[in-house]
Amino acid sequence: MNRRRFLKRGVMALGATAVGSAHAPSPASDDPSKVLGGPKRPYGDRSRFERAVRGLPQPPTKTDEWGPSVTPLGASMGIITPSALHFEVHRGGVADIDPKKHRLLIHGMVERPVILTVDEIKRLPSVSRIYFLECAGNTLSEWTAPTAPTVDWTHGMTSCSEWTGVPLSLLLREVGVRKGATWIIAEGADGTGNERSLPLAKAMNDILVAYGQNGEAIRPENGYPLRLIVPGWEGNVSVKWLRRLTATDRPYMTRIESVDHTGLMPDGKARRFMFVMEAKSVITFPSGGQQMAGPGSYEITGLAWSGHGRIRRVEVSTDAGKTWRDATLQQPVLPFAHTRFGLPWRWNGREAIVQSRCTDETGYVQPTLKELVKVRGVNSKFHLNAIQSWKVDADGSVTNVHV
Amino acid sequence: MSRRLPLAATIVALVACAWPVAAQLPTYGVGRAPTAEEIKAWDLTIPPDGAGLPPGRGTAVDGKPVFVQRCASCHGETGEDEKYFRLVGGRGTLATDKPIKTVGSYWPYATTLWSYIRRTQPFDEPGSLTSDQVYGVTAYLLHLNGIIGESEVLDAASLPKIRMPNRDGFIPDARPDVGKTKR
Repeated sequence: MNRRRFLKRGVMALGATAVGSAHAPSPASDDPSKVLGGPKRPYGDRSRFERAVRGLPQPPTKTDEWGPSVTPLGASMGIITPSALHFEVHRGGVADIDPKKHRLLIHGMVERPVILTVDEIKRLPSVSRIYFLECAGNTLSEWTAPTAPTVDWTHGMTSCSEWTGVPLSLLLREVGVRKGATWIIAEGADGTGNERSLPLAKAMNDILVAYGQNGEAIRPENGYPLRLIVPGWEGNVSVKWLRRLTATDRPYMTRIESVDHTGLMPDGKARRFMFVMEAKSVITFPSGGQQMAGPGSYEITGLAWSGHGRIRRVEVSTDAGKTWRDATLQQPVLPFAHTRFGLPWRWNGREAIVQSRCTDETGYVQPTLKELVKVRGVNSKFHLNAIQSWKVDADGSVTNVHV
Repeated sequence: MSRRLPLAATIVALVACAWPVAAQLPTYGVGRAPTAEEIKAWDLTIPPDGAGLPPGRGTAVDGKPVFVQRCASCHGETGEDEKYFRLVGGRGTLATDKPIKTVGSYWPYATTLWSYIRRTQPFDEPGSLTSDQVYGVTAYLLHLNGIIGESEVLDAASLPKIRMPNRDGFIPDARPDVGKTKR
């Protein structure tokens, strides 16, 4: 956890100052053993010297309430994303919800339709699971050319948290899903009412109705006080601010599933219900915008994940894919979770192109971009899970390249 | 009457006792049954067969002034602005290098448009349009895309019958389509 790595990072919007303070902060003592420390705080914050923040689009998106922010993967450690740095995608702003007023309605083809309060849901047997969430559109800028400058912007729409909640299967068994029901429609309480049709089989398998994230309540921007967590599937189906579940015998063809989250193929036909996030990996160090401190020893490290379960293997190349070496997988290696990999590397100071390639437990091997484009063309927008290349120049600078 | 009422009250009381008070999750004894009004207020998604469409009606002629007043600042008066989401045009572009995905060129179901407008639009005032206005705005957008005439009435019966040009433009997920497997 305490990897000391000195990276000359790009321009950071936020300095180390305490926001709102009129005074410049005093410099930290050269010898903390000789000074009295600061007071206790009821809700902690990180060191004033830490600067990683979510990336906000520049120039801004259409409105502040619409669009993404990205997780600063370039500064990430381990597999858990701090809740404050979890990526966001909104289509109508962050809902502000009083948990005392919030309700979950479960109805449709069920024997006992029900309205539950958040407190009632918290009385039910709970589980905690570590799962990644990845936006289907993660990496969408990279289909035709290396576009985003950093790993935050190429891959930062994936995050990984410990989620706490109730298995959806428990709720559905309690209300008694009727014979003939095959889908569950989930809807959020916010103004955009994100609506998704989900196959009942997945709902009965591993979906959670979650209220906890990393040991505390889910953050507002991640769906407070209640959201779905759908392991391994595109993030949008993990409906935030969840207020309604309807059991039906057919998908409802909502806007997001019948229009937005479809994959247009070269022949003009579009794939729909592309739920699974296929295996993907990326090197977070060295990655775009970072700076090597000179020739010598480093650890190449990054993240791998698969919507089909566990990561089985990650290979790393430092010669643009000519040769590959197995990276070490950090424990724990969990299904539907980020897996951290690492490989010691002695950089000789010459130009190098680093790549990672993962294999999941089904045997699926992360493809190259050329392989993807050959089948899907460049207009399917979502589900780009190709091998990412970073070029380390002789001067130690790192840039996004296609090979 | 004076004898029947107490009897009825007794039956109601007996039934209420036999059924644990509104505990809808039998194992855990929590939750209550929703009222019909509560379900109606939230059960707003309209599937392609139109189930749940409310009474009301509208034509493109009716919908145009609503669109101009409430929608045009983002989408342009004719729905062709690229600034936000282009709603009109693009027919025949899907198999080209520059596909333009609009209501007319891409959306497979008119019910989706109706459902989405009612639930989420206008952006800054979601859910504020009346059913008549939603039918009207939907009709206006379909008319701008050359799918219906400007006087054609949209209502709960006619909306699900509209056949969108790209209705058959969708196929199931074909993955894994790429990526070697080393089983």
